[in-house]
Amino acid sequence: MAKTALQFQHNGHEVAIFVDGGTNLLVALRELIGDMTPKFGCGQGGCGTCSVLIDGELHLSCLTLAETVAGRSVETLDGIKDGPNLHPLQRAFADSFAAQCGYCTPGMLMAAKALLDRNPQPSRAEVVEAISGNICRCTGYEPIINAVLAAASGGRARA
Amino acid sequence: MTRHRGRGIASVNYPIGMNLGGDPSQALVHSNPSGKFTVALSSIDLGQGMKSVTRQICAETLGVPVEDVYVDTADSDTGPHCMGSFASRGTHRVGNAVMAAAREARGVMMEAAAEELEVNAADLETDGRGNIHVKGAPHRSISTKDVAIAAQFKQGKTISGRGIFLVPLSDVDPETGEMSPATCYAHACLVAEVEVDDETGEVDMVRMDSAYELGRALNPRLVEQQLVGGAWMGVSHALYETPEPYYPEPVHGPRDFVEYLMPGPGDICPHDIAVLERPAPDGPFGAKGPGEMCANPVLPAVANAIFNAVGVRIDDLPITPEKVLRAIRAQGGARPQPRR
Repeated sequence: MAKTALQFQHNGHEVAIFVDGGTNLLVALRELIGDMTPKFGCGQGGCGTCSVLIDGELHLSCLTLAETVAGRSVETLDGIKDGPNLHPLQRAFADSFAAQCGYCTPGMLMAAKALLDRNPQPSRAEVVEAISGNICRCTGYEPIINAVLAAASGGRARA
Repeated sequence: MTRHRGRGIASVNYPIGMNLGGDPSQALVHSNPSGKFTVALSSIDLGQGMKSVTRQICAETLGVPVEDVYVDTADSDTGPHCMGSFASRGTHRVGNAVMAAAREARGVMMEAAAEELEVNAADLETDGRGNIHVKGAPHRSISTKDVAIAAQFKQGKTISGRGIFLVPLSDVDPETGEMSPATCYAHACLVAEVEVDDETGEVDMVRMDSAYELGRALNPRLVEQQLVGGAWMGVSHALYETPEPYYPEPVHGPRDFVEYLMPGPGDICPHDIAVLERPAPDGPFGAKGPGEMCANPVLPAVANAIFNAVGVRIDDLPITPEKVLRAIRAQGGARPQPRR
């Protein structure tokens, strides 16, 4: 099958790759661009660890055809820190012990970022709702919810 | 339709480690010429924090800052032998092995420092900040880095240590059947409160209250994170996770996280935890280990809470809505039990 040329913004940088028809965004990011931060969990939208932002909206990259992001902006966990400085959410996850094995963490962080970008002061219920598409085996969610709330209030304190 | 509240309690005695072949683990500790130390293990940190805890144990035993210790794990080709990360044995078994190795390494380090300072090693002490000095005379001091350099390039000494922890194998007494499968036990008690819907059979967690006695908590934040997360793994086993309804034919079983259920962020409830510290005589700095025990008491407590709520006794896990409904029908309706 002929390959298709695909251009899009990856964490603010223009990238161009050739993809087979039917290639999903997760495979394109990991295998063609080399960004290993979105993880492969279930491959069918059940676990959320492959979550990325497309034009600022949360999407499951395993269920997104790569070709549909042509000309759009894709943001992954790899792009959220500012040089050597962790994103406030990453800092809060570390401080709150919100990761154990860490496999769900990239998806949790992207889901939390999508929430805080549109709602900087969420309630606890809104945080739970925002990460409800993500499964975590180790933490029992409580430290993750607390981390997102801490990052939100930290942002408020700085503002 | 009515939603019934119920409360259940369970207590466990949990053996730390197991009794197969003595359940040994080994550790090797050595210094680099930079004065930093490496702990070599083939034990695995799955996220439970064993790297952090063994690092603390090694630093404390050597008398050096925790930043000066690096723990290298999980390579059974190059690391010393370990039985594995299971049976809640990591902190206790591996921790003891690391402690023994660090003690031996500390002995060599103090000898090397004594040679540099021209004093008796017995007169030296560490300050925990990377220096070794003469007791009562802090100005007679040498840094661990300078000791490491002297040992490596001048004295020809390896500042290193070997450690193993082995619980003697306990055989079964042929007369009485008695044996001693573990040298120390941790304890837990958990109260679960649930709400059972007698129309759908669904069980919701309302709250949990627990107390865990686990020797000394070497890293209280790591202990807390294991207890919080582990309790939810217990809830998951109690109410959700199963290869049914396809068991025993695995071909048709759940294949992924869409079909194999686990609690989501919306299913959790408040959980109040008390940690009781009673240092274990044979634990590293008194530690036992939370490990599997954080999930274990949840299952019977939830089963008891369901009995308290609707009067059905389900002894087959997980306690799915289908099982609850069938049991309620079989007894002709919900029979809430008295709340004590």
